[in-house]
Amino acid sequence: MKLLEGRAWVFGDDVNTDVMAPGLWFKSPMAEMARHCMEAVDPAFAAGVRPGDIVVAGRNFGVGSAREQAALALAHLGVAAVLAVSFGRIFYRNALNFGLPALVFPASSSVTAGDLLRVDPVAGRIENTRSGNLHVVNGIPSHLMAMVEAGGLMPWLKRRLGKESV
Amino acid sequence: MPWTLAEKILARAAGQARVTPGEIVTCRVDLALLLDSGGPRRIWPRLRELGVGVWDPDRVVLCSDHFTPAVDAESAAILKITREFASEFGIRRFFDMRGIGHVLLAEEGLLEPGMFAVGGDSHSSMGGAFGCFMAGFGAIEMTGVVATGEIWIQVPDTVRVNWSGRFGRGVVAKDIVLFLCRELGMENSGRVLEYGGDTVRHMSIWERMVLTNMAAELGAETGIVAADEVTLDALRAAGRQPAPDALDWRSDDDAACAAVHEFTATDLLPQVAAPHSPANSGPVGAVGDVPVDQAYLGACVGAKLSDLRMAAEVLKDRKVARGTRLLVAPASTRAMTEAAADGTLATLTAAGAYLLPTGCGACAALGAGVLGEDEVCISSTNRNFRGRMGANSAQVYLASPYTVAASAVAGRIADPREFLR
Repeated sequence: MKLLEGRAWVFGDDVNTDVMAPGLWFKSPMAEMARHCMEAVDPAFAAGVRPGDIVVAGRNFGVGSAREQAALALAHLGVAAVLAVSFGRIFYRNALNFGLPALVFPASSSVTAGDLLRVDPVAGRIENTRSGNLHVVNGIPSHLMAMVEAGGLMPWLKRRLGKESV
Repeated sequence: MPWTLAEKILARAAGQARVTPGEIVTCRVDLALLLDSGGPRRIWPRLRELGVGVWDPDRVVLCSDHFTPAVDAESAAILKITREFASEFGIRRFFDMRGIGHVLLAEEGLLEPGMFAVGGDSHSSMGGAFGCFMAGFGAIEMTGVVATGEIWIQVPDTVRVNWSGRFGRGVVAKDIVLFLCRELGMENSGRVLEYGGDTVRHMSIWERMVLTNMAAELGAETGIVAADEVTLDALRAAGRQPAPDALDWRSDDDAACAAVHEFTATDLLPQVAAPHSPANSGPVGAVGDVPVDQAYLGACVGAKLSDLRMAAEVLKDRKVARGTRLLVAPASTRAMTEAAADGTLATLTAAGAYLLPTGCGACAALGAGVLGEDEVCISSTNRNFRGRMGANSAQVYLASPYTVAASAVAGRIADPREFLR
Protein backbone atom coordinates (compact mmCIF):
# COMPACT_ATOMS: atom_id res chain seq x y z
CA MET A 1 0.00 0.00 0.00
CA LYS A 2 1.40 3.36 -1.02
CA LEU A 3 2.33 6.21 1.27
CA LEU A 4 -0.28 8.91 1.59
CA GLU A 5 0.27 12.66 1.71
CA GLY A 6 -2.48 15.19 2.19
CA ARG A 7 -3.87 18.16 4.02
CA ALA A 8 -5.60 17.60 7.34
CA TRP A 9 -9.27 18.33 7.99
CA VAL A 10 -9.77 18.37 11.73
CA PHE A 11 -12.96 17.31 13.54
CA GLY A 12 -13.91 16.89 17.18
CA ASP A 13 -15.38 13.96 19.10
CA ASP A 14 -18.43 11.84 18.24
CA VAL A 15 -18.82 12.78 14.57
CA ASN A 16 -21.64 10.40 13.66
CA THR A 17 -22.62 8.65 10.45
CA ASP A 18 -25.85 10.68 10.09
CA VAL A 19 -23.60 13.72 9.68
CA MET A 20 -21.46 11.99 7.01
CA ALA A 21 -24.42 10.57 5.07
CA PRO A 22 -27.58 12.50 6.03
CA GLY A 23 -30.86 10.59 5.81
CA LEU A 24 -32.47 13.41 3.85
CA TRP A 25 -30.14 12.58 0.92
CA PHE A 26 -30.19 8.82 1.36
CA LYS A 27 -31.99 8.03 -1.86
CA SER A 28 -29.85 10.41 -3.91
CA PRO A 29 -26.89 9.34 -6.03
CA MET A 30 -23.58 9.37 -4.13
CA ALA A 31 -22.37 12.49 -5.95
CA GLU A 32 -25.28 14.43 -4.51
CA MET A 33 -25.18 12.89 -1.04
CA ALA A 34 -21.46 13.55 -0.79
CA ARG A 35 -22.11 17.28 -1.29
CA HIS A 36 -23.86 17.19 2.11
CA CYS A 37 -21.20 15.10 3.85
CA MET A 38 -20.28 16.75 7.21
CA GLU A 39 -22.57 19.69 6.40
CA ALA A 40 -24.00 19.76 9.92
CA VAL A 41 -20.56 20.13 11.55
CA ASP A 42 -18.47 21.81 8.82
CA PRO A 43 -20.42 23.27 5.88
CA ALA A 44 -17.13 24.07 4.06
CA PHE A 45 -15.85 20.48 4.08
CA ALA A 46 -17.55 18.88 1.08
CA ALA A 47 -16.76 21.77 -1.26
CA GLY A 48 -13.24 22.32 0.06
CA VAL A 49 -11.84 18.81 0.48
CA ARG A 50 -9.43 17.69 -2.23
CA PRO A 51 -8.44 14.19 -3.35
CA GLY A 52 -5.69 12.93 -1.05
CA ASP A 53 -6.78 14.99 1.97
CA ILE A 54 -6.84 13.30 5.35
CA VAL A 55 -9.57 13.45 8.00
CA VAL A 56 -8.30 13.76 11.58
CA ALA A 57 -10.82 13.39 14.38
CA GLY A 58 -11.33 12.85 18.08
CA ARG A 59 -13.07 10.03 19.87
CA ASN A 60 -15.71 7.68 18.48
CA PHE A 61 -15.51 8.82 14.86
CA GLY A 62 -18.37 7.24 12.91
CA VAL A 63 -20.55 6.44 15.89
CA GLY A 64 -24.08 5.45 14.97
CA SER A 65 -25.70 3.83 12.00
CA ALA A 66 -24.44 0.93 9.87
CA ARG A 67 -24.86 3.01 6.71
CA GLU A 68 -21.84 2.32 4.56
CA GLN A 69 -22.53 5.54 2.67
CA ALA A 70 -20.74 7.32 5.53
CA ALA A 71 -17.39 5.78 4.59
CA LEU A 72 -18.27 5.84 0.89
CA ALA A 73 -19.05 9.58 0.96
CA LEU A 74 -15.59 10.31 2.40
CA ALA A 75 -13.98 8.04 -0.19
CA HIS A 76 -16.05 9.64 -2.95
CA LEU A 77 -14.76 13.07 -1.94
CA GLY A 78 -11.22 11.72 -2.24
CA VAL A 79 -10.37 11.40 1.44
CA ALA A 80 -7.28 9.17 1.53
CA ALA A 81 -7.31 8.14 5.20
CA VAL A 82 -9.12 8.72 8.48
CA LEU A 83 -7.11 9.14 11.68
CA ALA A 84 -9.09 9.23 14.93
CA VAL A 85 -8.59 8.68 18.65
CA SER A 86 -11.19 5.92 18.35
CA PHE A 87 -13.85 4.71 15.91
CA GLY A 88 -17.46 3.55 15.94
CA ARG A 89 -17.24 -0.19 15.31
CA ILE A 90 -19.32 -0.48 12.12
CA PHE A 91 -17.80 2.63 10.54
CA TYR A 92 -14.32 1.24 11.18
CA ARG A 93 -15.15 -2.06 9.52
CA ASN A 94 -16.91 -0.34 6.61
CA ALA A 95 -13.95 1.99 5.95
CA LEU A 96 -11.43 -0.84 5.78
CA ASN A 97 -13.83 -2.95 3.71
CA PHE A 98 -13.81 -0.16 1.11
CA GLY A 99 -10.01 0.09 1.27
CA LEU A 100 -10.15 3.43 3.12
CA PRO A 101 -7.37 3.26 5.74
CA ALA A 102 -8.63 4.04 9.27
CA LEU A 103 -5.93 4.36 11.91
CA VAL A 104 -6.30 4.81 15.65
CA PHE A 105 -4.33 8.01 16.35
CA PRO A 106 -4.28 8.96 20.05
CA ALA A 107 -2.46 12.26 19.36
CA SER A 108 -4.98 13.58 16.85
CA SER A 109 -5.40 16.81 18.85
CA SER A 110 -1.79 17.73 17.95
CA VAL A 111 -2.87 18.27 14.34
CA THR A 112 -4.10 21.64 13.12
CA ALA A 113 -6.45 22.05 10.15
CA GLY A 114 -4.42 22.39 6.97
CA ASP A 115 -1.28 20.63 8.29
CA LEU A 116 0.37 18.51 5.62
CA LEU A 117 0.50 14.89 6.82
CA ARG A 118 2.43 11.91 5.48
CA VAL A 119 0.88 8.59 6.44
CA ASP A 120 2.09 5.02 6.05
CA PRO A 121 -1.05 3.02 6.91
CA VAL A 122 0.75 -0.32 6.94
CA ALA A 123 3.59 0.66 9.25
CA GLY A 124 1.39 3.08 11.21
CA ARG A 125 3.67 6.09 10.71
CA ILE A 126 2.10 9.55 10.76
CA GLU A 127 4.39 12.50 10.03
CA ASN A 128 3.25 16.09 10.44
CA THR A 129 5.43 18.10 8.04
CA ARG A 130 4.43 21.41 9.66
CA SER A 131 5.32 20.53 13.24
CA GLY A 132 7.92 17.92 12.34
CA ASN A 133 6.24 15.46 14.73
CA LEU A 134 6.50 11.79 13.88
CA HIS A 135 3.90 9.49 15.44
CA VAL A 136 4.04 5.72 15.41
CA VAL A 137 0.63 4.10 15.86
CA ASN A 138 -0.82 0.66 15.24
CA GLY A 139 -1.06 -0.04 11.53
CA ILE A 140 -3.93 -1.87 9.89
CA PRO A 141 -4.64 -5.03 11.94
CA SER A 142 -2.80 -8.06 10.60
CA HIS A 143 -5.92 -10.15 10.07
CA LEU A 144 -7.30 -7.46 7.73
CA MET A 145 -4.07 -6.65 5.91
CA ALA A 146 -4.63 -9.10 3.05
CA MET A 147 -8.13 -7.75 2.51
CA VAL A 148 -7.07 -4.09 2.61
CA GLU A 149 -4.04 -4.74 0.39
CA ALA A 150 -6.32 -6.43 -2.12
CA GLY A 151 -8.20 -3.11 -2.29
CA GLY A 152 -11.06 -3.97 0.04
CA LEU A 153 -13.61 -6.67 0.65
CA MET A 154 -14.92 -6.94 -2.92
CA PRO A 155 -11.56 -7.59 -4.63
CA TRP A 156 -10.64 -9.91 -1.76
CA LEU A 157 -13.90 -11.87 -2.06
CA LYS A 158 -13.43 -12.07 -5.82
CA ARG A 159 -10.03 -13.61 -5.34
CA ARG A 160 -11.25 -16.00 -2.66
CA LEU A 161 -14.42 -17.14 -4.40
CA GLY A 162 -12.55 -17.37 -7.72
CA LYS A 163 -9.97 -19.68 -6.15
CA GLU A 164 -12.59 -21.87 -4.57
CA SER A 165 -14.46 -22.39 -7.80
CA VAL A 166 -11.30 -23.40 -9.73
CA MET B 1 -12.75 -22.69 33.11
CA PRO B 2 -15.92 -20.60 33.46
CA TRP B 3 -16.82 -18.37 30.51
CA THR B 4 -19.49 -15.96 29.32
CA LEU B 5 -22.59 -16.38 27.18
CA ALA B 6 -21.15 -14.35 24.30
CA GLU B 7 -17.95 -16.42 24.34
CA LYS B 8 -19.92 -19.69 24.31
CA ILE B 9 -21.98 -18.59 21.31
CA LEU B 10 -18.97 -17.32 19.36
CA ALA B 11 -17.01 -20.51 20.05
CA ARG B 12 -19.90 -22.62 18.80
CA ALA B 13 -20.30 -20.43 15.68
CA ALA B 14 -16.55 -20.53 15.02
CA GLY B 15 -16.40 -24.30 15.49
CA GLN B 16 -13.85 -23.97 18.27
CA ALA B 17 -13.73 -25.55 21.71
CA ARG B 18 -12.99 -22.21 23.29
CA VAL B 19 -12.51 -18.53 22.48
CA THR B 20 -10.92 -15.73 24.51
CA PRO B 21 -11.58 -11.98 24.40
CA GLY B 22 -9.48 -10.21 21.78
CA GLU B 23 -9.17 -13.28 19.58
CA ILE B 24 -10.24 -12.96 15.93
CA VAL B 25 -12.59 -15.74 14.88
CA THR B 26 -14.49 -16.53 11.71
CA CYS B 27 -18.09 -17.42 12.53
CA ARG B 28 -20.71 -19.31 10.55
CA VAL B 29 -23.89 -17.24 10.42
CA ASP B 30 -27.13 -18.85 11.65
CA LEU B 31 -29.36 -16.01 10.52
CA ALA B 32 -28.81 -12.85 8.44
CA LEU B 33 -31.29 -9.97 8.50
CA LEU B 34 -31.35 -7.82 5.38
CA LEU B 35 -33.39 -4.64 5.14
CA ASP B 36 -34.43 -2.59 2.11
CA SER B 37 -32.02 0.22 3.06
CA GLY B 38 -28.69 -1.60 3.00
CA GLY B 39 -30.02 -4.85 1.55
CA PRO B 40 -30.72 -5.93 -2.03
CA ARG B 41 -30.24 -2.50 -3.59
CA ARG B 42 -26.63 -2.45 -2.41
CA ILE B 43 -25.89 -6.16 -2.17
CA TRP B 44 -27.36 -7.53 -5.39
CA PRO B 45 -25.08 -5.59 -7.79
CA ARG B 46 -22.11 -6.85 -5.76
CA LEU B 47 -23.29 -10.47 -5.86
CA ARG B 48 -23.53 -10.10 -9.64
CA GLU B 49 -20.02 -8.71 -9.75
CA LEU B 50 -18.82 -11.68 -7.69
CA GLY B 51 -20.82 -14.10 -9.83
CA VAL B 52 -22.45 -15.77 -6.82
CA GLY B 53 -25.93 -16.06 -5.30
CA VAL B 54 -27.22 -16.27 -1.73
CA TRP B 55 -25.31 -18.88 0.30
CA ASP B 56 -28.43 -20.14 2.07
CA PRO B 57 -31.81 -18.45 1.35
CA ASP B 58 -33.36 -20.18 4.38
CA ARG B 59 -30.95 -18.38 6.71
CA VAL B 60 -31.82 -14.97 5.27
CA VAL B 61 -34.68 -12.83 6.57
CA LEU B 62 -35.56 -9.87 4.37
CA CYS B 63 -37.73 -6.94 5.46
CA SER B 64 -38.77 -3.74 3.74
CA ASP B 65 -39.04 -1.12 6.45
CA HIS B 66 -36.86 1.93 5.82
CA PHE B 67 -38.48 3.19 2.62
CA THR B 68 -42.05 1.99 3.21
CA PRO B 69 -44.41 3.02 1.80
CA ALA B 70 -42.92 4.40 -1.41
CA VAL B 71 -43.31 8.16 -1.62
CA ASP B 72 -41.42 8.83 -4.85
CA ALA B 73 -39.83 7.04 -7.79
CA GLU B 74 -36.58 6.43 -5.88
CA SER B 75 -38.18 4.73 -2.89
CA ALA B 76 -40.50 2.76 -5.18
CA ALA B 77 -37.46 1.48 -7.07
CA ILE B 78 -35.72 0.45 -3.82
CA LEU B 79 -38.79 -1.52 -2.69
CA LYS B 80 -39.15 -3.11 -6.12
CA ILE B 81 -35.54 -4.33 -6.12
CA THR B 82 -36.14 -5.77 -2.64
CA ARG B 83 -39.16 -7.77 -3.86
CA GLU B 84 -37.32 -8.96 -6.96
CA PHE B 85 -34.37 -10.12 -4.84
CA ALA B 86 -36.67 -12.18 -2.60
CA SER B 87 -38.25 -13.77 -5.63
CA GLU B 88 -34.98 -14.35 -7.54
CA PHE B 89 -33.24 -16.09 -4.62
CA GLY B 90 -36.26 -17.83 -3.13
CA ILE B 91 -36.18 -16.06 0.22
CA ARG B 92 -39.26 -17.41 1.96
CA ARG B 93 -38.99 -15.19 5.00
CA PHE B 94 -39.57 -11.92 3.17
CA PHE B 95 -41.69 -9.36 5.00
CA ASP B 96 -42.82 -6.61 2.69
CA MET B 97 -44.30 -3.60 4.49
CA ARG B 98 -45.08 -5.66 7.58
CA GLY B 99 -43.02 -3.67 10.03
CA ILE B 100 -39.51 -3.00 11.20
CA GLY B 101 -37.18 -5.96 10.75
CA HIS B 102 -35.81 -6.05 14.30
CA VAL B 103 -39.34 -6.27 15.70
CA LEU B 104 -40.50 -8.81 13.11
CA LEU B 105 -37.70 -11.20 14.12
CA ALA B 106 -39.26 -11.27 17.58
CA GLU B 107 -42.88 -11.42 16.44
CA GLU B 108 -42.16 -14.26 14.03
CA GLY B 109 -40.11 -16.28 16.52
CA LEU B 110 -37.03 -16.29 14.28
CA LEU B 111 -34.41 -15.90 17.00
CA GLU B 112 -33.46 -18.36 19.70
CA PRO B 113 -30.95 -18.61 22.52
CA GLY B 114 -27.43 -19.50 21.43
CA MET B 115 -27.87 -18.33 17.85
CA PHE B 116 -25.19 -16.29 16.03
CA ALA B 117 -27.02 -13.71 13.92
CA VAL B 118 -26.05 -10.61 11.93
CA GLY B 119 -28.04 -7.76 10.45
CA GLY B 120 -27.40 -4.98 7.96
CA ASP B 121 -28.39 -2.26 10.40
CA SER B 122 -26.81 -1.01 13.61
CA HIS B 123 -29.87 -1.76 15.72
CA SER B 124 -29.57 -5.46 14.92
CA SER B 125 -28.23 -5.70 18.46
CA MET B 126 -31.91 -5.71 19.48
CA GLY B 127 -32.05 -9.47 18.76
CA GLY B 128 -29.73 -10.08 21.73
CA ALA B 129 -32.79 -9.88 23.99
CA PHE B 130 -33.43 -13.50 22.98
CA GLY B 131 -30.13 -14.72 24.38
CA CYS B 132 -28.47 -14.82 20.98
CA PHE B 133 -25.40 -12.96 19.76
CA MET B 134 -26.70 -10.57 17.11
CA ALA B 135 -24.75 -7.59 15.81
CA GLY B 136 -25.05 -5.00 13.04
CA PHE B 137 -22.79 -4.53 10.02
CA GLY B 138 -22.61 -2.40 6.88
CA ALA B 139 -24.01 -3.56 3.55
CA ILE B 140 -20.52 -4.22 2.17
CA GLU B 141 -19.89 -6.74 4.92
CA MET B 142 -23.40 -8.20 4.62
CA THR B 143 -22.48 -8.83 0.99
CA GLY B 144 -19.70 -11.06 2.26
CA VAL B 145 -22.11 -12.83 4.60
CA VAL B 146 -24.68 -13.41 1.87
CA ALA B 147 -21.96 -14.70 -0.47
CA THR B 148 -20.08 -16.94 2.00
CA GLY B 149 -22.18 -17.39 5.17
CA GLU B 150 -19.20 -16.23 7.25
CA ILE B 151 -17.97 -13.12 9.03
CA TRP B 152 -15.01 -12.28 11.27
CA ILE B 153 -15.53 -11.14 14.85
CA GLN B 154 -13.06 -9.99 17.44
CA VAL B 155 -14.29 -11.76 20.56
CA PRO B 156 -15.49 -8.93 22.81
CA ASP B 157 -14.96 -8.50 26.52
CA THR B 158 -18.14 -9.12 28.45
CA VAL B 159 -19.36 -6.26 30.64
CA ARG B 160 -22.21 -7.15 32.98
CA VAL B 161 -24.80 -4.46 33.58
CA ASN B 162 -26.99 -5.52 36.49
CA TRP B 163 -30.12 -3.71 37.64
CA SER B 164 -31.94 -4.50 40.84
CA GLY B 165 -35.16 -3.29 42.41
CA ARG B 166 -38.55 -2.27 41.10
CA PHE B 167 -39.14 0.72 38.89
CA GLY B 168 -41.03 3.68 40.26
CA ARG B 169 -44.19 4.78 38.47
CA GLY B 170 -43.60 5.93 34.87
CA VAL B 171 -40.07 4.52 34.65
CA VAL B 172 -39.22 1.86 32.04
CA ALA B 173 -36.36 0.21 30.14
CA LYS B 174 -35.90 3.29 27.94
CA ASP B 175 -35.04 5.33 31.02
CA ILE B 176 -32.42 2.75 31.99
CA VAL B 177 -30.75 2.86 28.61
CA LEU B 178 -30.76 6.67 28.33
CA PHE B 179 -29.22 6.76 31.81
CA LEU B 180 -26.59 4.23 30.67
CA CYS B 181 -25.68 6.31 27.60
CA ARG B 182 -24.59 9.02 30.01
CA GLU B 183 -23.18 6.76 32.71
CA LEU B 184 -21.20 4.33 30.51
CA GLY B 185 -20.69 6.68 27.56
CA MET B 186 -21.13 5.84 23.89
CA GLU B 187 -17.72 4.32 23.34
CA ASN B 188 -17.94 0.68 24.38
CA SER B 189 -16.43 -0.95 21.33
CA GLY B 190 -14.91 -4.35 21.92
CA ARG B 191 -17.47 -5.05 24.63
CA VAL B 192 -20.69 -6.98 24.79
CA LEU B 193 -23.12 -5.65 27.38
CA GLU B 194 -24.83 -8.49 29.19
CA TYR B 195 -27.88 -7.18 31.02
CA GLY B 196 -29.05 -8.93 34.16
CA GLY B 197 -30.41 -8.54 37.66
CA ASP B 198 -33.94 -8.86 38.97
CA THR B 199 -35.15 -5.66 37.27
CA VAL B 200 -34.27 -7.16 33.88
CA ARG B 201 -35.64 -10.60 34.83
CA HIS B 202 -39.01 -8.96 35.55
CA MET B 203 -39.08 -7.18 32.18
CA SER B 204 -41.10 -8.41 29.22
CA ILE B 205 -39.14 -9.48 26.15
CA TRP B 206 -40.22 -6.20 24.48
CA GLU B 207 -38.68 -4.12 27.23
CA ARG B 208 -35.48 -6.21 27.17
CA MET B 209 -35.33 -5.44 23.45
CA VAL B 210 -35.10 -1.73 24.31
CA LEU B 211 -31.94 -2.44 26.32
CA THR B 212 -30.28 -4.49 23.59
CA ASN B 213 -31.45 -2.17 20.79
CA MET B 214 -29.59 0.77 22.27
CA ALA B 215 -26.39 -1.20 22.80
CA ALA B 216 -25.84 0.44 19.40
CA GLU B 217 -25.92 3.92 20.97
CA LEU B 218 -23.62 2.67 23.73
CA GLY B 219 -21.19 1.77 20.95
CA ALA B 220 -20.96 -1.85 22.10
CA GLU B 221 -20.31 -4.87 19.90
CA THR B 222 -23.83 -5.83 20.94
CA GLY B 223 -26.11 -6.33 23.94
CA ILE B 224 -27.41 -9.62 25.28
CA VAL B 225 -29.83 -10.97 27.89
CA ALA B 226 -29.57 -14.63 28.88
CA ALA B 227 -32.71 -16.61 28.18
CA ASP B 228 -35.18 -17.48 30.92
CA GLU B 229 -38.86 -18.42 31.12
CA VAL B 230 -39.84 -14.98 29.75
CA THR B 231 -37.78 -15.71 26.64
CA LEU B 232 -39.22 -19.18 26.21
CA ASP B 233 -42.77 -17.87 26.64
CA ALA B 234 -42.10 -15.24 23.97
CA LEU B 235 -40.86 -17.95 21.60
CA ARG B 236 -43.91 -20.13 22.24
CA ALA B 237 -46.22 -17.14 21.76
CA ALA B 238 -44.56 -16.63 18.37
CA GLY B 239 -45.15 -20.27 17.47
CA ARG B 240 -41.62 -21.58 18.00
CA GLN B 241 -40.89 -24.49 20.29
CA PRO B 242 -37.71 -23.66 22.24
CA ALA B 243 -34.79 -26.06 21.87
CA PRO B 244 -34.28 -28.39 24.88
CA ASP B 245 -30.93 -26.72 25.68
CA ALA B 246 -32.27 -23.15 25.38
CA LEU B 247 -31.69 -22.30 29.04
CA ASP B 248 -28.16 -23.70 29.01
CA TRP B 249 -27.07 -20.67 27.00
CA ARG B 250 -25.94 -18.49 29.90
CA SER B 251 -22.76 -17.11 31.41
CA ASP B 252 -21.19 -19.21 34.11
CA ASP B 253 -21.67 -17.48 37.44
CA ASP B 254 -17.96 -17.05 38.03
CA ALA B 255 -17.03 -16.20 34.41
CA ALA B 256 -14.41 -13.50 34.06
CA CYS B 257 -15.84 -10.14 32.96
CA ALA B 258 -14.09 -6.91 32.02
CA ALA B 259 -16.41 -5.05 34.39
CA VAL B 260 -19.55 -5.52 36.45
CA HIS B 261 -21.84 -2.52 36.92
CA GLU B 262 -24.54 -2.64 39.58
CA PHE B 263 -27.39 -0.13 39.42
CA THR B 264 -30.61 0.32 41.36
CA ALA B 265 -33.85 0.88 39.46
CA THR B 266 -35.79 1.95 42.53
CA ASP B 267 -34.65 5.57 42.53
CA LEU B 268 -34.23 5.99 38.75
CA LEU B 269 -36.21 8.97 37.45
CA PRO B 270 -37.72 9.31 33.96
CA GLN B 271 -34.84 10.31 31.68
CA VAL B 272 -34.63 12.70 28.72
CA ALA B 273 -31.64 12.99 26.37
CA ALA B 274 -31.26 16.57 25.13
CA PRO B 275 -29.90 17.46 21.66
CA HIS B 276 -27.74 16.21 20.01
CA SER B 277 -26.65 13.01 21.71
CA PRO B 278 -28.26 10.11 23.56
CA ALA B 279 -25.48 10.56 26.15
CA ASN B 280 -26.76 14.06 26.89
CA SER B 281 -29.32 12.61 29.26
CA GLY B 282 -30.63 13.41 32.70
CA PRO B 283 -33.81 13.38 34.77
CA VAL B 284 -36.80 14.88 32.96
CA GLY B 285 -37.05 17.65 35.55
CA ALA B 286 -33.60 18.95 34.64
CA VAL B 287 -34.33 19.91 31.03
CA GLY B 288 -36.21 23.07 31.96
CA ASP B 289 -39.21 24.52 30.13
CA VAL B 290 -39.06 23.14 26.59
CA PRO B 291 -42.12 23.74 24.37
CA VAL B 292 -42.58 20.92 21.87
CA ASP B 293 -43.65 21.20 18.21
CA GLN B 294 -43.75 17.46 17.59
CA ALA B 295 -44.03 14.39 19.76
CA TYR B 296 -43.07 11.22 17.89
CA LEU B 297 -43.78 7.62 18.81
CA GLY B 298 -41.91 5.51 16.33
CA ALA B 299 -39.04 3.18 15.42
CA CYS B 300 -37.96 -0.32 16.39
CA VAL B 301 -37.14 0.80 19.89
CA GLY B 302 -40.17 2.97 20.59
CA ALA B 303 -43.39 1.94 18.80
CA LYS B 304 -43.94 -1.70 19.68
CA LEU B 305 -47.31 -2.68 21.11
CA SER B 306 -45.92 -2.27 24.64
CA ASP B 307 -44.85 1.30 23.77
CA LEU B 308 -48.20 2.21 22.23
CA ARG B 309 -49.90 0.94 25.39
CA MET B 310 -47.69 3.12 27.59
CA ALA B 311 -48.65 6.16 25.54
CA ALA B 312 -52.33 5.23 25.73
CA GLU B 313 -52.12 4.98 29.52
CA VAL B 314 -51.11 8.64 29.60
CA LEU B 315 -53.41 9.82 26.80
CA LYS B 316 -56.61 8.18 28.02
CA ASP B 317 -59.29 10.90 28.39
CA ARG B 318 -56.73 13.57 27.57
CA LYS B 319 -55.96 15.68 24.50
CA VAL B 320 -52.74 16.58 22.76
CA ALA B 321 -51.97 20.25 23.48
CA ARG B 322 -52.86 22.89 20.93
CA GLY B 323 -49.77 23.83 18.96
CA THR B 324 -48.20 20.39 19.44
CA ARG B 325 -48.64 17.43 17.09
CA LEU B 326 -48.35 13.79 18.12
CA LEU B 327 -47.32 11.41 15.34
CA VAL B 328 -47.51 7.65 15.81
CA ALA B 329 -45.81 5.18 13.45
CA PRO B 330 -46.41 1.67 14.87
CA ALA B 331 -43.38 -0.62 14.61
CA SER B 332 -45.28 -3.41 12.86
CA THR B 333 -48.63 -4.17 11.30
CA ARG B 334 -49.15 -6.78 14.02
CA ALA B 335 -48.58 -4.16 16.72
CA MET B 336 -51.07 -1.95 14.90
CA THR B 337 -53.62 -4.77 14.60
CA GLU B 338 -53.35 -5.68 18.27
CA ALA B 339 -53.46 -2.03 19.31
CA ALA B 340 -56.63 -1.66 17.26
CA ALA B 341 -58.16 -4.75 18.83
CA ASP B 342 -57.53 -3.75 22.45
CA GLY B 343 -58.58 -0.11 22.10
CA THR B 344 -55.09 1.36 22.34
CA LEU B 345 -55.23 2.95 18.90
CA ALA B 346 -58.65 4.48 19.57
CA THR B 347 -57.29 6.04 22.76
CA LEU B 348 -54.36 7.53 20.85
CA THR B 349 -56.40 8.91 17.96
CA ALA B 350 -59.16 10.21 20.27
CA ALA B 351 -56.45 12.19 22.05
CA GLY B 352 -55.52 13.72 18.70
CA ALA B 353 -52.66 11.47 17.61
CA TYR B 354 -51.94 11.39 13.87
CA LEU B 355 -51.37 7.85 12.66
CA LEU B 356 -48.52 7.17 10.22
CA PRO B 357 -47.56 4.05 8.24
CA THR B 358 -45.56 1.29 9.86
CA GLY B 359 -41.83 1.58 9.21
CA CYS B 360 -38.64 3.38 10.22
CA GLY B 361 -40.16 6.67 9.04
CA ALA B 362 -39.02 9.93 10.55
CA CYS B 363 -36.53 8.33 12.99
CA ALA B 364 -33.88 8.55 10.28
CA ALA B 365 -35.54 11.27 8.17
CA LEU B 366 -36.58 8.64 5.62
CA GLY B 367 -40.37 8.76 5.96
CA ALA B 368 -43.26 10.95 7.04
CA GLY B 369 -42.84 13.21 10.05
CA VAL B 370 -39.52 14.88 9.19
CA LEU B 371 -38.65 18.04 11.16
CA GLY B 372 -38.27 21.58 9.81
CA GLU B 373 -35.76 24.28 10.73
CA ASP B 374 -35.52 24.95 14.48
CA GLU B 375 -38.42 22.64 15.32
CA VAL B 376 -38.38 20.84 18.67
CA CYS B 377 -39.33 17.18 18.87
CA ILE B 378 -39.57 14.73 21.74
CA SER B 379 -39.23 11.23 20.41
CA SER B 380 -39.37 7.63 21.57
CA THR B 381 -36.65 6.76 19.02
CA ASN B 382 -33.01 5.97 19.75
CA ARG B 383 -30.88 8.72 18.13
CA ASN B 384 -30.98 12.50 18.29
CA PHE B 385 -27.88 13.36 16.30
CA ARG B 386 -27.94 16.71 14.52
CA GLY B 387 -29.98 16.39 11.32
CA ARG B 388 -31.01 12.81 12.09
CA MET B 389 -34.75 13.53 11.86
CA GLY B 390 -34.62 16.33 9.29
CA ALA B 391 -33.30 19.88 9.38
CA ASN B 392 -29.85 20.39 10.91
CA SER B 393 -31.24 23.05 13.24
CA ALA B 394 -34.05 20.81 14.57
CA GLN B 395 -33.78 19.86 18.26
CA VAL B 396 -34.60 16.27 19.16
CA TYR B 397 -35.07 15.07 22.74
CA LEU B 398 -35.22 11.32 23.41
CA ALA B 399 -37.46 9.80 26.06
CA SER B 400 -39.71 6.87 26.91
CA PRO B 401 -43.19 6.52 25.36
CA TYR B 402 -44.62 7.63 28.71
CA THR B 403 -42.64 10.86 28.66
CA VAL B 404 -43.33 11.49 24.97
CA ALA B 405 -47.08 11.12 25.54
CA ALA B 406 -47.04 13.29 28.66
CA SER B 407 -45.13 15.98 26.75
CA ALA B 408 -47.68 15.83 23.92
CA VAL B 409 -50.46 16.56 26.41
CA ALA B 410 -48.56 19.31 28.18
CA GLY B 411 -47.22 20.87 24.97
CA ARG B 412 -43.81 20.98 26.61
CA ILE B 413 -41.46 18.36 27.98
CA ALA B 414 -43.26 16.89 30.97
CA ASP B 415 -42.75 14.36 33.74
CA PRO B 416 -45.03 11.39 33.00
CA ARG B 417 -45.50 10.58 36.68
CA GLU B 418 -47.92 13.48 36.95
CA PHE B 419 -50.11 11.76 34.36
CA LEU B 420 -50.10 8.22 35.75
CA ARG B 421 -52.18 6.96 38.62
